Amino acid sequence: MSVLIDKNTRLLLQGAGRAGQLHAKNSRAYCDTQLVGAVHPGKGGQTILGDVPVFDTVAEAVEAVAPTASMIFVPALGAADAIMEAVAADIPLVACITEGIPALDMARVVRFMEGRRTRLIGPNCPGIITPGEIKMGIMPGYIHRKGSVGIVSRSGTLTYEAVWQVTNAGLGQSTCIGIGGDPINGTNFVDCLELFRQDEQTKAVIMIGEIGGSAEEEAAAYIKETEYPKPVVSFIAGQTAPKGKRMGHAGAIIAGGKGTAAAKMAALRDAGVAVVEKPSDMAETLLRVLEERGIQA
Amino acid sequence: MNIHEYQAKEIFRRFGIPTLPGRVATTAEEAQAVANDLPASPVTVLKAQIHAGGRGKGRFKEHPDLGGVKVLAERSLVGSTADLMLSSTLVTKQTGPEGKVVHQVYVEAGCAIAKEFYAAVTLDRRAQAPAIMVSPEGGMDIEEVAEKTPELIFTEVVDPRYGLHGFQARRLAKALGLRGKPLKAAADLLVKLVRCFLESDASLVEVNPLVLTEEDEVLALDAKIGLDDNGLPRHPDLAAYRDPNEMTSEEQKAKEHDLSYISLSGNVGCMVNGAGLAMATMDMIKHCGGEPANFLDVGGGATEERITAAFQIIVSDPDVKAILVNVFGGILLCDKLAAGIVSACRSLDLKVPLVVRLEGTNVEEGRRILEESGLEIQFAPSLKEAAERVVAAAGGAA
Repeated sequence: MSVLIDKNTRLLLQGAGRAGQLHAKNSRAYCDTQLVGAVHPGKGGQTILGDVPVFDTVAEAVEAVAPTASMIFVPALGAADAIMEAVAADIPLVACITEGIPALDMARVVRFMEGRRTRLIGPNCPGIITPGEIKMGIMPGYIHRKGSVGIVSRSGTLTYEAVWQVTNAGLGQSTCIGIGGDPINGTNFVDCLELFRQDEQTKAVIMIGEIGGSAEEEAAAYIKETEYPKPVVSFIAGQTAPKGKRMGHAGAIIAGGKGTAAAKMAALRDAGVAVVEKPSDMAETLLRVLEERGIQA
Repeated sequence: MNIHEYQAKEIFRRFGIPTLPGRVATTAEEAQAVANDLPASPVTVLKAQIHAGGRGKGRFKEHPDLGGVKVLAERSLVGSTADLMLSSTLVTKQTGPEGKVVHQVYVEAGCAIAKEFYAAVTLDRRAQAPAIMVSPEGGMDIEEVAEKTPELIFTEVVDPRYGLHGFQARRLAKALGLRGKPLKAAADLLVKLVRCFLESDASLVEVNPLVLTEEDEVLALDAKIGLDDNGLPRHPDLAAYRDPNEMTSEEQKAKEHDLSYISLSGNVGCMVNGAGLAMATMDMIKHCGGEPANFLDVGGGATEERITAAFQIIVSDPDVKAILVNVFGGILLCDKLAAGIVSACRSLDLKVPLVVRLEGTNVEEGRRILEESGLEIQFAPSLKEAAERVVAAAGGAA
C-alpha cells in the first residue's frame, strides 16, 4: 500500500507544452508510471512522446483513456481553469505543478470544488511520488527508494533534501506529497497526516513546514487531539527569516507577528513531534525516534 | 506589489469609493498649484508618498519637527511645506532606520472629521477566501487593536464568486455604531471596497482611517493597496503603477530576471533553487555560526543569463565574503545550472570563495562541467558540509 497513487494509477497530463512534455517523459521513464494521455486545447488528435494521445478537452480524455489522476503544467493564468476542468470531469486526483496562480483564482477553485469528488494537491508543488511505482510530478526519481516513511511538505526542493537524507540513511519512502507553497491550496498537512495514518506501509512521517499561515499549528493540534499513532519528525524552514518579507513562496511571510517558525516549532513540540532545528538532521532524528519507539521501518 | 496612496485613490475613484478631492505633485510649485485649484475646505493636507505606513508619526531626517502628513490651516503654506518634504528622507516605524526618500506629495482638501474607523480586505488563509474586517478603532495601529481588544474587530468572510453581500456590509456598518444615512453609505462603500479587491487581484485593500465627516458623509481618508504579483499580468494598467524608486537596484535587477531576492545583513551570499530550501539553507548557515547575506531563489527555469544575474546581485553586496550555491534540481537541470555558474564566474571574475552543493536531475553531468571548468570551487556532498565550509570560508560568524 501507499497513499494517493500506485502502479495502477492512470496518469493524464494537462498542458503538453515544453515543460509538461519534458516532465511527462521523465515520469513515464520512472518504474511503472502509466501515462495514458494528454490534454492540450488545439492539439487534439496529435500524439506526444511517440504514442501518447492528445485530446482537446479533459472530458474527451476521460471518455477515451479513463485517467484516474491528472498532473497540470498549464501556465499560471490558465491553470485555475485547467483544475476546474479536471474537477468537472470527476478525475479523482489532480496535482497542479504550476506556480504563480493568482490567489483569488485559487479561492474560486476551492469554492468550485465544494461537493465534488476530486482531491487537489498543490498548486505550486512538486507533485506526488510513490517510489518504485509511479512518479507524478517534477521530482528527480533517482533520490527515492521504496520504504515506509511518508513525507509531506510545503516546499519542493526541501522535500528532495528530506528524501535524499532518508534514502542515504538506508530507509525509504512510502509516498511523498508536495502540498505547495501558496496561501490557498487543495490539500493540507492534516489531510496528508490522515492519509498516512490509514496507510499500513507508512510507519513514520516527516513533515516539512515553513513560515507563514497556520497550517503547521493546525497539524500540531490534530496530532495532539487524535494522539497520532505514528512518529512524526518535523522541520520548519525560515527560522532566520525577517518579519514582513515574503520569502519567495506567496505563502511564506511572517505578518503581524504571526506565522513565525518559533511558534510553529513550539506547537509541534507540544504535540509530541520531534522537531529538528537543523535541516540536515531530519533523517538522523527519524532514525533515533524509530529506535526509541522500537519501530522497524 | 505595493503602490502609493495617490494611486490607490485613483483606483478607489474608478470603483466609486468616496475620497476627498486631491492630486499628486512632484515639485513645490506644482503642489501649491494643486492646492490653489482644490475646492474650499476647512484644512489642506499634504501627505508624503512612500510605500510605508506610520507616515503621520514618522519624522524627516532633515526636518525632525516635520511628519509625513501635515495638516495646514493656511493653503498658502502648501508649497513651502512640500519643498521641505520633497527629496527629504522620511523615517517611520515601517521604513527601518534608513528611511525612504520622498519623491511625490499628495495634496488633499481636508474635511472636518466626526469619527474615524478602520476597514481592510485581505486573504483569510484559514477560510481560503477573502475577508473584510472593520473596527471602530480607526486611525490606530490595527495590530495593536487585534492584540489588546480583539472584540473590537468585526469580520465577514467573502465568497469570491459574489463579493460582499449587502446584508454582510450592513452588519459591519452596524458594528461600527452607524445609523441612518451613514449606515447605508458605509455599507455601500464596503461592498465597493471588496469589489475593488476582487477585480484588481489585490492582496490587501486597507482604509485607515475610514471617516464619518461632520456633514454625515462616509469616505476613505487614506488608501493602501497591495497587489498580488501573480495577478499583475492581467492588469497592465495596475502593473504600470510600479515605482522603481521604491526598489533597490539589486531588487530591480532581480525583478528583471525573475529572481526572488531579499537582502539581509550577513556575509554569506546564497544562491538556492526553491524558496523552502533557500530558507533552510539560511537557517543552516546560521546554525553553523554564520549569517546569510541574502535570500535568493533562482527558481525552476534558470538560464545562464539568470544565473549570471544572480551572481552579479550577490557580489554587488560588499559584505559578501563567500558564496554558497545549494541546488537540488528537479525542474531545474543541474547541467544547465553548472554551465551557468561557469559562465558567470568567468565573466564576473569572481573573487570570493565559492562552495557548491549540487544534487538532483542531471547531477553527474553538472558535476563534470564544474570539475572540468578549472574554476576554484569547493564541492560539498551534503547541506551540512556545504554550510560548514562556506561559513569557514567567510571567516566564521559575521
